[in-house]
Amino acid sequence: MGVKLLLEHDKVEGIRYYDTYRKHGGYRAAEKAFKMAPADIVEEVKKSGLRGRGGAGFPTGMKWSFLAKPEGVPRHLVCNADESEPGTFKDRYLMEFHPHLFIEGLLISSFALGSNATYVYIRGEYAWIPEILEQAIAEAKNNGWLGKNILGSGFDCEIYVHRGAGAYICGEETALIESLEGKRGNPRMKPPFPAIQGVWMRPTVVNNVETIAAVVPIINMGGDEYAKIGVGKSTGTKLLSVCGNLNKPGVYEIDMTISVEEFIYSDEYCGGIPKGKRLKACIPGGSSVPIIPANLLLKTAKGETRYMNYESLSDGGFVSGSMMGSGGFIVLDEDQCVVRHTMTLARFYNHESCGQCSPCREGTGWMYKILKNIEYGKGKMSDIDLLWDIQRKIEGNTICPLGDAAAWPVAAAIRHFRDEFEWHVKNPDESQRRNYGLAHYADPIHVAATA
Amino acid sequence: MIKFSEEKLKEVKELISRYPEGKQKSALIPLLHMAQDEHEGWLDAPVMDYVAEILGILPIEVYEVATFYSMFNTKPVGKYLLEVCRTGPCMLNGSDEIIEYIKEKLGISEGETTADGLFTLKPAECLGACGYAPMMQLGKTYREHLTKEKIDKLIDELRGQAKN
Repeated sequence: MGVKLLLEHDKVEGIRYYDTYRKHGGYRAAEKAFKMAPADIVEEVKKSGLRGRGGAGFPTGMKWSFLAKPEGVPRHLVCNADESEPGTFKDRYLMEFHPHLFIEGLLISSFALGSNATYVYIRGEYAWIPEILEQAIAEAKNNGWLGKNILGSGFDCEIYVHRGAGAYICGEETALIESLEGKRGNPRMKPPFPAIQGVWMRPTVVNNVETIAAVVPIINMGGDEYAKIGVGKSTGTKLLSVCGNLNKPGVYEIDMTISVEEFIYSDEYCGGIPKGKRLKACIPGGSSVPIIPANLLLKTAKGETRYMNYESLSDGGFVSGSMMGSGGFIVLDEDQCVVRHTMTLARFYNHESCGQCSPCREGTGWMYKILKNIEYGKGKMSDIDLLWDIQRKIEGNTICPLGDAAAWPVAAAIRHFRDEFEWHVKNPDESQRRNYGLAHYADPIHVAATA
Repeated sequence: MIKFSEEKLKEVKELISRYPEGKQKSALIPLLHMAQDEHEGWLDAPVMDYVAEILGILPIEVYEVATFYSMFNTKPVGKYLLEVCRTGPCMLNGSDEIIEYIKEKLGISEGETTADGLFTLKPAECLGACGYAPMMQLGKTYREHLTKEKIDKLIDELRGQAKN
């Protein structure tokens, strides 16, 4: 069993409610935090090495230390609960089943940052969760953890839940801020960064739900102890949302020291692939990160075991590796079609592009159209190169990372599965009746001896 | 056209008070959710104008937001909106078959409403339930691990509910 910090009490009946949570050590970290200076809390988070759990992996302590503190200007913590990256549903799990852990994290973080009004921007489709959170907020308030002069510290804090209305782009922090202001979710030009001018032009920190929850164990055990869990710059634990073709899809907490193979096949985690089928491909960190074939997933291009952490998953860069991303672990078995899967992702990004930047607005539409042609037996060989060309023209040419996120899945699919695309083009009729199958994607890769 | 009840107006006031003074526009999306719930699941111009009036903003500021977010319907929808996810992970678990089955069963295409006004089928993009695929959103709930049998049961159940 790996270390569990966030889901430690996952099996405890009633952990959703205040009394049970408190009985199991809840709000102990908040008690400790209110005896510390806010700057020391930031210091602990820095020492912990915690990296943003939303997908980008930016060091949280550093993000916090960028927050401007001009005299007389209120500042805000905004929690990004707009979880929308295909393959990802861990934040939903935390909010639904561990609302008090989340609220305790929000409270400590608000105190550290000096946010008297903290907002949780939750995706509109999670329509039943605001009630759960608001009930927990009311319980916390009744017990003196929110409101005025918390624990006699002189610090006031309110937490508000704000529902979005269906837009992937609002997971991008400046689009989220625009949306919170009651506008379309069009990302802002940066700089200025939210830490200087965020919501209502006030200094703002935007953090993911899991990042906020991780602050609780960090304060409980201290930043240095937290940093001892994991390996290298992948400190602490990470929640993974597991889906696709697996026996036990769901949310798992790992300490980032286990191998990808163990994660997929052990009974403690995913429990292998249904019906004993073979692994074909995997997107290890949410739909935006590169898809890699089985043979590059379990071992790196150098033939070394690949592990479930930030460094190992990105070993080999985009040539032969992928990314940890948001931890949305999507597995494709031998019967799945990479072309069709890529097409659904292209459709997703086309639907979700906000339309502000031409390369993304136009490019995502073109990629979807071309992939649809290939998938339905109407593709040309030149379409594959055209796809490659379009994705390259999107990447890096947009205000926000949605452009990159749309380009990478297409690029990686062509990079690693080009023969499957070619097979579709060459066999337009057959490809409508059957899939390409596993082919050579699980064959061991020959590693050349270095000089 | 709708008019919020006294009780709803109190709720509106509380919502607006969550944001700094002068920033009442921040309450726009929550208010549009409320308005849509009151107006049979969709928003027309008079409803949006009403929301604009409450917030003291221009109608265009409401229109541009209502048309941006996929949860706001600017055309009438059936009593029950079946939003079936079809993105990657759901597709891997058979969402295409579920969508086909619903089309066949209800005799409608994507985006259409049944003649009795009960059901609208709307394919959706990732709803954050990938581990419980295939799934759909129905009002404020998710229906997960869908099968053809579950669809049969659900449609029967909703038809029964509509009669009462």
